[in-house]
Amino acid sequence: MSAARLKIALVGNPNSGKSSVFNHLTGLNQKIGNFPGVTVEKRSGLSLLPNGTNAEIIDLPGIYSLYPRSLDERIVTEILLDHASPLCPDLVVVIADATNLKRSLLLLTQITDLGLPTVLALNMMDLVARAGISYDLHMLSNELGIPVIPINARKGSGIEELKNAISKPVEVSSKSVFNIYPDLKLAVQSVRERFQLDNDYEAYQFLQQPGSLKFLNDEGRTFLDNVGNTYDFFPGKFQGAEAIHRYTFIQTLLDRVTLKAADLPWKKHTSALDKVLTHKVWGYAIFFAVLFVIFQSIFAWAAVPMDLIDKAFAGISYYFGQILPDSMLTRLLTEGIIPGIGGIIIFVPQIAILFAFIALLEESGYMARVVFLMDKIMRKFGLNGKSIVPLMSGVACAIPAIMATRTIDNWKERMITIFVTPLMSCSARLPVFTILVALVVPDKFVLGIFSLQGLALMGLYLLGFVAAMLTALVMKYLVRVNERSFLLMELPAYRWPKWSNIGYTIVEKTKTFVLEAGKVILAISIVLWVLASYGPGEKFENAREHVLIESANLRLTEEGLENRVAAYKLEHSYAGIIGKGIEPVIRPLGFDWKIGIALITSFAAREVFVGTMATIYSIGSDDDQTIKDRMREEVNPDTGEPRFTPATAFSLLVFYTFAMQCMSTLAIVYRETKGWKWPLLQLAYMSALAYISSFAVFQLLS
Amino acid sequence: MKPGEIAIISGFSDEILSVKLLEMGCLPGAPVRFNFTAPLGDPICISVLGYELSLRLEEAATISILN
Repeated sequence: MSAARLKIALVGNPNSGKSSVFNHLTGLNQKIGNFPGVTVEKRSGLSLLPNGTNAEIIDLPGIYSLYPRSLDERIVTEILLDHASPLCPDLVVVIADATNLKRSLLLLTQITDLGLPTVLALNMMDLVARAGISYDLHMLSNELGIPVIPINARKGSGIEELKNAISKPVEVSSKSVFNIYPDLKLAVQSVRERFQLDNDYEAYQFLQQPGSLKFLNDEGRTFLDNVGNTYDFFPGKFQGAEAIHRYTFIQTLLDRVTLKAADLPWKKHTSALDKVLTHKVWGYAIFFAVLFVIFQSIFAWAAVPMDLIDKAFAGISYYFGQILPDSMLTRLLTEGIIPGIGGIIIFVPQIAILFAFIALLEESGYMARVVFLMDKIMRKFGLNGKSIVPLMSGVACAIPAIMATRTIDNWKERMITIFVTPLMSCSARLPVFTILVALVVPDKFVLGIFSLQGLALMGLYLLGFVAAMLTALVMKYLVRVNERSFLLMELPAYRWPKWSNIGYTIVEKTKTFVLEAGKVILAISIVLWVLASYGPGEKFENAREHVLIESANLRLTEEGLENRVAAYKLEHSYAGIIGKGIEPVIRPLGFDWKIGIALITSFAAREVFVGTMATIYSIGSDDDQTIKDRMREEVNPDTGEPRFTPATAFSLLVFYTFAMQCMSTLAIVYRETKGWKWPLLQLAYMSALAYISSFAVFQLLS
Repeated sequence: MKPGEIAIISGFSDEILSVKLLEMGCLPGAPVRFNFTAPLGDPICISVLGYELSLRLEEAATISILN
C-alpha cells in the first residue's frame, strides 16, 4: 500500500506564500533535489495527514499561467501535463494570494480545466479582512466545484483544515471555464486519441506549446505540427483570447461572491516605503548600505565562531594524536581526516549568515526593488535587472546562482549572466580571503568603527563585481543575438519577513553545502594527505639520513631536527614533486611550490585551499597550532622573511578572486548551457585574467 | 502619462507582449495607475488589478490607453 503514496503539488503565483505553506506542511522533513534532467531546484517533503498517511508534497516554482515565460516556469507545465512522469501529482493545491484573487484565479481555472483534482488555499485572509473585503467562500467553492480553504500561512492558521481537505478524496471539478473553439474540436480529438489524453484542455495545451513539453519525442512533435497545419493552428494562437475569456468568467464570479469590496481601489501602504527605497539618491545609498552591512557582519560575526571551530579541530587532532598509538592510520586521522572535516565545518557560520541575509531580502520584498533599481544599469552592461539576483546569490555560491538565471527569459542576457556570475566572490573564497587578509592587513579600525580587515574584504568583493560587469559589457558586443528581453515583474507588498522561513533556508542551504561540497573537500583532504605523506625514491625513504648529513655542522635540537626531516619529506613527496613541477609557472606571481599544491587542489573547490594549507603545514608541526599561526611562521628560504609577504598575499588574493577554481561550477554551466563551449571559454578566460592580474599585483608590490 | 495619473487600458500594440500583459491582469477596460519611475527613468511601476507591476518603458508603451 505504501507504494501508492499520495503526491501533492503546490502551485501558485510568485509571492503567494507558497514556501510558507510548504514549510508548514512538511516541517523540517524536506529535501532539496533537482527535477530529473534539469537543474531547477526541487523542494519536496513528507507531510503526515490527519488520516495517518504520509503524503509527498512537491513545491513547484511560482507561475502566473500555464504558458511559461522562462525555463523555470516551464517545469510546472511539464509536470502537470506529463502523466507518465513519476512526479505527476495526484492532487494540486493552488495557493492564491487572496488580496489579489482575480489574478490568482486565472491560474486556478487553467488547472481545473486540465481535469486535475484541485484544492484552492486562499492565503493572506488576514490582509483581506483588514482591507475591508469579504468573500462568500461557500459560494466560491460551489461555483468552482472544488474545496476552498481560507488560510493564513504566516500564522499557520487554516493549515489543519487544509490537511483535512487534502486527506479526503477530491473530485475533479465538473465545471469547465474555457471551452475549446468549435473549429479546433477535431484537432483536439485527434491529439487526445494519439496521446491517450482524457481531457480536451490538456490536448489543447499539447497543441499550444509542444516546445515546452520536453517529454514528447520527435515523432509526437511532428504529429502535433501536422495537426496544427491541418487545422490552421499554431502554438501561441488564441492565448490572449483565452486570458480575456477567463478573466471575464472570473469577474462575473467575483461580482457574485464578493460580499464587500475594498474601501480603497489602490493600495496605499507600500508607496511611502517605495518613495524612499526607490529614490534616486536614497534608493542606491540604502542598497549599498545593505551590501556594506552584509559584508561587515560576515566578517565581524563569523570570525569568533570560525576561530572556535578552527581551535576545536586543532584540539581534537591533538587529542587523538596523544591517545592513539603512532601509526599510519593515526596520522591519516589527525593530519588528513580531522583537519579535512574542520575545513568544511569552518564555513558554516559564514554561509549561514550570508543565506540569512539573502533570504531576508527576498522575504521582505526588497529584492524585487533591487531588480527595479538596477534594471536600466544592468541593461547597459548586457544584463537584465533580474541578473542582480544571480549575481548577489553568487556571493553565496555560484551553483545555485547559475541555476537562478533560469528566471531570465532572454537567452543572451542569461548566457552573459552565467558567464560572469563565477567572478562574484563566492563563500568558498571567503575562508581564503579571511585567512590571507587577517595575515597581512592590520587588525585596526578606521574612523573608530570600520574594521580595516572588513574594508579590505569588501574591496575584494567589489573587485570581483567590477570584473564581472566589465566582462559583461565586453560580451554584450561580442555575443550577437537578437531576441526580445522582458522585465514585467510584480513588486510585492513589503512585509515583515517570516523568521521561520529564513530559518528553514539557512538549515537547508547549510546542510546542502556541508553534504555536497563536504564530500569533495574531505576526499581531497585524504588524497592530499597521502600525496604529501608518501613519495617515490630514496630521498623520501631516507629523509632523516639526508637531513643529518646536510645539517651535521648545525647544532639542532631534537625538535628542530624533526621539523627539518618533515620539511625534507614534504619536499620529496608526491605533492612536493607536483608543486615543484609548476613552480616555474607560478613563481612570477610570488607563489612557491607549497602554494602551488594548494592551487592544484583548489581547482576541485577553492575552499580546499585552507584545508590544504592546514594539511601541508600540519605535517611536522605541533598539532595544537591554528592554521593562521602556522602560515604566519612559514619562512621563505630564499629571503629568510615570512613566506606570506603583502605582495604574495595580495597576489594570491587577486588570483583567487578571478580564477575559475571550481569543478562543480563548470559542471553546472555545462548542464545549463548544454555543451562544453561556454564552460571551457569561461575556464580559459578566468584563468588568463587571474594569471595576468596576479602577475601585475606581485610585480607592482614587490 | 505622469506619475499619479490613472487611465483605462484600451488595447495593445504588440502581439507577443499582450499575452503576458493580459495574464498579469492588464485587461482592456481595466483602470491602471502610473505610480512612479525608477531613479533612472526606466523601468516604471504601475498599479493594475490592485497590485504593483514593474515594467520597462518600451513594454509600457505597447499598452494603449484612453484618457
